[in-house]
Amino acid sequence: MTEPTATMINEQKLYKAWGLSEAEFKIICDDILHRLPNYTEAGLFSVMWSEHCSYKNSKHVLRKFPNKGKRVLAGPGEDAGIIDIDDNQAVVFKAESHNHPSAVEPYQGAATGVGGIIRDIFSMGATPIAMLNSLKFGNLTDEHTKYLASEIVAGIGGYGNCIGIPTVGGEISFQDRYKNNPVVNAMCVGLINNSDIKYGKAKGENNLIIYVGAKTGRDGIHGATFASDEFTDENKSQRSAVQVGDPFMEKLLMDACIELVQEHSDWIMGIQDMGAAGLVSSTAEMASKASSGLVLELDQVPQRETNMTPYEIMLSESQERMVLCAKPEYRDEIIKFFNNTGLDAVVIGKVTSDKQYKIYQHGELVTDIPVAGLVDDSPEYVHQGQTPKRLLSDNYHDQYQPKVDSLAKTWLKMLKQPNIASKEYFYKTYDSQIKANTVVKPGSDAAVVRVRGTRKALAMTNDGNSKLVYVDPYVGGQIAIIEASANLIASGSEPIGITDCLNYGNPEKPEIFWEFNRSVEGMASVCENLELPVISGNVSLYNEFNEEAIYPSPMIGMVGLTKDLDNVTTQGFKNPGDTIYLVGTTKDDFNGSELQLMQTGDVNGGLNSIDVSKVKAIQDNMLKAIQQGLIASCHDVSEGGLVVALAEAAFENQLGFDVKTDLSSEAVFSETTGRFLISVPTEKESVIESLFANDIELLGKVSNEQTLRLTTSNSDAELDLNEALKNWKEAIPCLMK
Amino acid sequence: MKFAVVVFPGSNCDKDLYFAIKDGINEEVELVNFQETSLSGFDAVLIPGGFSYGDYLRSGAIAGHAPIIPAIKQMAAEGKPVLGICNGFQILTEIGLLPGALIKNNHNRFICETVSLQVINNQTQFTSEYSANQVIDIPVAHGEGNYYCDEQTLNELKQNDQIAFKYQSDINGSVDQIAGITNKEKNVLGMMPHPERALETLVGSDDGLKMFQSILKNHMDRVNQ
Repeated sequence: MTEPTATMINEQKLYKAWGLSEAEFKIICDDILHRLPNYTEAGLFSVMWSEHCSYKNSKHVLRKFPNKGKRVLAGPGEDAGIIDIDDNQAVVFKAESHNHPSAVEPYQGAATGVGGIIRDIFSMGATPIAMLNSLKFGNLTDEHTKYLASEIVAGIGGYGNCIGIPTVGGEISFQDRYKNNPVVNAMCVGLINNSDIKYGKAKGENNLIIYVGAKTGRDGIHGATFASDEFTDENKSQRSAVQVGDPFMEKLLMDACIELVQEHSDWIMGIQDMGAAGLVSSTAEMASKASSGLVLELDQVPQRETNMTPYEIMLSESQERMVLCAKPEYRDEIIKFFNNTGLDAVVIGKVTSDKQYKIYQHGELVTDIPVAGLVDDSPEYVHQGQTPKRLLSDNYHDQYQPKVDSLAKTWLKMLKQPNIASKEYFYKTYDSQIKANTVVKPGSDAAVVRVRGTRKALAMTNDGNSKLVYVDPYVGGQIAIIEASANLIASGSEPIGITDCLNYGNPEKPEIFWEFNRSVEGMASVCENLELPVISGNVSLYNEFNEEAIYPSPMIGMVGLTKDLDNVTTQGFKNPGDTIYLVGTTKDDFNGSELQLMQTGDVNGGLNSIDVSKVKAIQDNMLKAIQQGLIASCHDVSEGGLVVALAEAAFENQLGFDVKTDLSSEAVFSETTGRFLISVPTEKESVIESLFANDIELLGKVSNEQTLRLTTSNSDAELDLNEALKNWKEAIPCLMK
Repeated sequence: MKFAVVVFPGSNCDKDLYFAIKDGINEEVELVNFQETSLSGFDAVLIPGGFSYGDYLRSGAIAGHAPIIPAIKQMAAEGKPVLGICNGFQILTEIGLLPGALIKNNHNRFICETVSLQVINNQTQFTSEYSANQVIDIPVAHGEGNYYCDEQTLNELKQNDQIAFKYQSDINGSVDQIAGITNKEKNVLGMMPHPERALETLVGSDDGLKMFQSILKNHMDRVNQ
């Protein structure tokens, strides 16, 4: 096949198929190149200016997030953000979405999502210590959803288990809107000594660009563009845009890169993962960060297939590849170092000072464009939002009024709802214990991983209740941050930073853009209040199938610092006789709730506004109480309300309870945010009661009977603990059959 | 006592075993690359879990041909303790130091959880610190941990007291719920569960510690004889 000429690309508007608009193409011709781009150059611009790489549709919204803080060592713009955790140590973390690839090729799509996020962490020089994931699927009554769910979970496990990083936590939820466009977000957390931090910079004229890892093939070409387009029956067959993962190769690559950074830091200037948009994105970004130019010799690039064109080599998203910028005097040592671990390492180019991005193949100059034009000059779009129609109905602010006729029956039924039921069926297939540092395992509010050799630990969570963001983007966004923070506090950890995956529909549609913008404003406002910086993240737009968008689905990945292992707290009741309290005020918060979904089959109606300073005061006090050793168990009260929190607290150590509350049989299902369910030894009662003063209700006692007893203001219920546990545990396996 | 932990490409529990020896029982330990051909100077060899060579072809199959293998066989022949955990167990069956094979879990899914094991034979240098029939909690993490052998082999295992551990419930379809076996001489142990992940109650259980203490105590007894 001969490539179309520059004139053909221009006249036949071939660039449009790659996602470039006419206006964008004009900027490239008139303002950047002052000529027509050739085939390769047009291809490079199209991926680098895709939403996935350039954030052209989302940049101005993302600026609303705070990203500074006294602990922040690196924020957005690097492969991953870095936060200081004292003692010259830092935590490195980031989350990334792989929604589209997982929809067409679930196992490999999910697996390569995991592989990609791990590379983002070790490219900073950090050792990955834990993984989490957030998955949103259609309803499990649908056969295709069962297939997607089992393959996606297998892909995540297949990659993470093999490479040897524990998958310690996450969330899984189900809603029909995700049927053909699942959300697959993976987060990786790494540890680093501050002195070992490496940035992806190509600095210093004549320094070498070295390619390390797997060979380049034709897989994944235009993956970034694919991710920046809506999904239809038509393009669902674009399997060629999905890559294939090799966790064994990545394990070799990871160990070698970490050793290189720790033992031979002086050999290299920078290191970067080849992720979305492969070789072009990684090298151009490295050059841009250092205000350098680059020359690449494509004949040197290790290739898996023959006759690859510059276009294919540059845009391939073959997995398990890294780029280094290295000092020329260490060339031989570096190549030998990688060869000894069974990896290819090849010099493919060098840093120049002319700020041009030049590519040669077979001795011919095939690309010559300004680095800045490629990386920094993509246009920015400020879209106009429009309030979605569903939020404009006259009775939008009315709360759903549930009726609970049988408390026991409704309670048991609630425990079987897929969003509430135990997700053990899925997370049991992830190795959560490798490295022997996992203190709190999957199934808790947050996972806790010990920092070996210290008394410190890191708590981590993935959270995002998209039902709430759907019914009320601003307040739902606020709740996403509050809940993630509550998860960490409940485990005895101080929240220190956030990464996010922002999964939405097509931002060019005014209602979708409005949801995106408003929910970010909600999240950002709480980030400011709680002083939590957003240090990394990813935006996944165009999550639509045949014109129907997913729920607005921000996923919050939050990390907390546990200063002493003695502070680690879990949700389960510990001792019969301990006193149970509900902390925080319960209001009628039924819109967007699991109860509304269970009783009506849908969610709608706005959310009550939140007193964030009140929430913060309770969270701060709760952390203090835990650090002072006053609390035996602590559980965030969220989906399904108090009844679900109580049951989960009973399940962990199989201890029943006797609880009497002033709340009604309806209100015990309310999902008012900012509440905790705690148990405390009797001798701590008075301290706790005075600490939380007007925000605490005495509920009752942990018992050694296998019975869950609950008396409300208008009814009572008694569940057999084992029967409730069985219902909660077996709901998902039963649906997956 | 000096331990070797063999590292194959794709091993991923090597560091955990290293810490088990160094911090768990405070003994000397070295990571030994698969390309080495000698284990002289070591008193015991540990083969870690993981996915050696990606478990491509068949788990443990390619590692079975690594340069270090003859040295491991020699250690076994000399009567020194050889312990293979998870992928290490798979490698020991591949190279014929232990009978049988590990095949895919009967439910076809990877499984990670802390399970209860019964100590069937506490008269070995790996298990002597446990009491007879003691039930211990040790994590498992495997996709191919379903132990298989024919009936004749099973009878031999029983007759020779080669079954070291059994699962308390059927987690993967293993013949006779076998979790770990030794050779006839009882100096080679292969097991799917991970004792190196069970050294501190902080991470869930310290029931694995006694295994490493057993190895150390039996070694010291031999040295002091």
